[in-house]
Amino acid sequence: MSVIPFMTDVDAARSLPGADIPWLQERRASGLSRFDALGVPTPKLESWKYTRLRPLDDTQYVPVSDADGQVEVSQIPGIGNALARLVFVNGRLREDLSDLSELPNGVRFGSIDTALNADADWVQEQLGKVAGDADEAMVSLNEAMLDSGFVLHVPKGVVLTRPLEVVYIGGLTDRAVAYFPRNLIVIDEGAQATLVKHHDGRGVGGYFANAVTEVTVSAGAFFKHYKVQAESIYATHVTTLYADVARDATYESFALSIGGLLSRSEIKVKLSGQGAHAAINGAYLMRGKEHCDNTSLVDMLVPNTTCKQVYKGVLDDESRAVFQGKIHVAKDAQKADGRMLSKTLLLSNNAEIDIKPELEIYADDVQCAHGATSGQLDHTALFYLRSRGIPEALARNMLVQSFLGDALEEISDETVRSVLLDRIVRWLPAHCFLAEEWKETA
Amino acid sequence: MLEIKDLHATVGGTEILKGLSLTIEPGEIHAIMGPNGSGKSTLSYVLAGREGYEVTGGRIIYEGEDLTQLNPEERAGKGIFLAFQYPVEIPGVPNSTFLKEAVNAVRRYNGEKELDAIKFMKMLRGKTKELDMSDEMLKRAVNVGFSGGEKKRNEVLQMAVLEPKLAILDETDSGLDIDALKIVADGVNALRSPERSSLVITHYQRLLDYIVPDKVHVLANGKIQRTGGKELAHELEKNGYADFVGEAA
Repeated sequence: MSVIPFMTDVDAARSLPGADIPWLQERRASGLSRFDALGVPTPKLESWKYTRLRPLDDTQYVPVSDADGQVEVSQIPGIGNALARLVFVNGRLREDLSDLSELPNGVRFGSIDTALNADADWVQEQLGKVAGDADEAMVSLNEAMLDSGFVLHVPKGVVLTRPLEVVYIGGLTDRAVAYFPRNLIVIDEGAQATLVKHHDGRGVGGYFANAVTEVTVSAGAFFKHYKVQAESIYATHVTTLYADVARDATYESFALSIGGLLSRSEIKVKLSGQGAHAAINGAYLMRGKEHCDNTSLVDMLVPNTTCKQVYKGVLDDESRAVFQGKIHVAKDAQKADGRMLSKTLLLSNNAEIDIKPELEIYADDVQCAHGATSGQLDHTALFYLRSRGIPEALARNMLVQSFLGDALEEISDETVRSVLLDRIVRWLPAHCFLAEEWKETA
Repeated sequence: MLEIKDLHATVGGTEILKGLSLTIEPGEIHAIMGPNGSGKSTLSYVLAGREGYEVTGGRIIYEGEDLTQLNPEERAGKGIFLAFQYPVEIPGVPNSTFLKEAVNAVRRYNGEKELDAIKFMKMLRGKTKELDMSDEMLKRAVNVGFSGGEKKRNEVLQMAVLEPKLAILDETDSGLDIDALKIVADGVNALRSPERSSLVITHYQRLLDYIVPDKVHVLANGKIQRTGGKELAHELEKNGYADFVGEAA
């Protein structure tokens, strides 16, 4: 009998990567017992107050099989200029679709299975290093079921000038499947790298992805982490990201969410060295009955750290979004500078946003601010555009893009920004045709 | 060109226009002057088709067609242009993109071929030169960070590229210094032709020194109270609107 109430055939998953490695099996067992004690999160928990994992009540999932990973896929999303690319289909690495030919020597970038085979000690060292034995049900579950994922290790001083890319394609199975990737990212001292992650949902099959990512950004390193969540409307996508940012290091993230029946992205960042900086940004566009939850915690632990957070959302139909942002400033973290901004545009009377910004400050010499707004399209601006001959549908699209503009400006990689803008344009109602020069200047 | 007959219009259930009639022939420039709250801006919004400005009686005939059933973009397609009293800021949308979308939307509406980027920029540069505007203003987001004068100049630029048949200027002169005022006036005068007409709404006579109207109307209490030639503007400047407000009350 499984302790995972929404899964059957869990034993079928015992051909998990590293099943013969004792420490990993112990971790799996420990994760499972913690999950068993915690149970599936319910809105009774403060951090899950506005998001109920309803699909897990209604659906019985089975673990993905190797065959699920072999389904035929076409049209793999990408930024076009990636240095190397890993493609996972239903959680399984597809070497035939991946390309590591230009990967520089010394940079480790591959599936967690490969890493376990090649250097299990390294994986043991990294796994749980940032996440710890988190008292979080979904993280514990990920540890228990860990069946896939990728690793990235950029050694000291290595500067990667082109982005690395990871593509997750989900769906395309004849039954509801679940998979549990654990991703380990380690950027050593003074190294620089950019990673773009795409989650693309296909087909009409339900699936549940529960991923955990651990990121270590060492002293003086710079890591840009971008994500396009375009899961299918049958998908439940839960991710928890832990990042530890050391002295004078920068972690920059941007998450664009444009899909998923239910998506929850939780980000927990520790600024643990002086001069550490985190930029945690995102945009979400939801329609239908989609639900998107962005929850974050930035822990400013030492003096002279900075963080900036800009989230912008567009909600149509009966969609719903949650923004919970918390900045915690420890007693010693003097001169901390923390900014948080959440803005939502409601395109429908039936859309809903729940916003909970929090500042928890124990130091006395800090600069922290948060702002949150929600509103409708500006009718005067709409009339202004229409009075110039621009049809209403196009005018609305222009105003949506205008609204999202300053969040996108937070993306420092121009190629990525343009790819994300393109995804946004394709999300908008079809009558939008965008002038080319707009893309160039946006 | 434009024939307004016994127009009644309400905003939020309050009647603002109470039987306004006005006829503008092709090639004419008319000025509407009047005190605050007389319905000047309401008239401009009703003509441009803004939502919430409801026509409850009368007719607006533009080039032989009833305008009241058309939405704002259709009216723009037919050559009506409203220069806003308070131009709207649209962050993140470059001015040149906005202008190109507008020009091509109007061209599509009229079954004309869209201008490609090169042709459009060539046309646009010609217009900015005429209006003594910098190309930098084209790259900036629509009206964002523009001074009051720049915003009004931008309205004139939009008018110049869209080449409307009927231009309505809603207090375009308010808050302008004399140099900016001349630029606005030059823009309107440049469009002057036997086929085009303008309706200049203003509180002050000053603008009419530069845009010389064929007719001046006094609007008060939702109706045209008096119509005269350009000399009427000077008379109003001297005597104010007290007579008309009193007369209508």
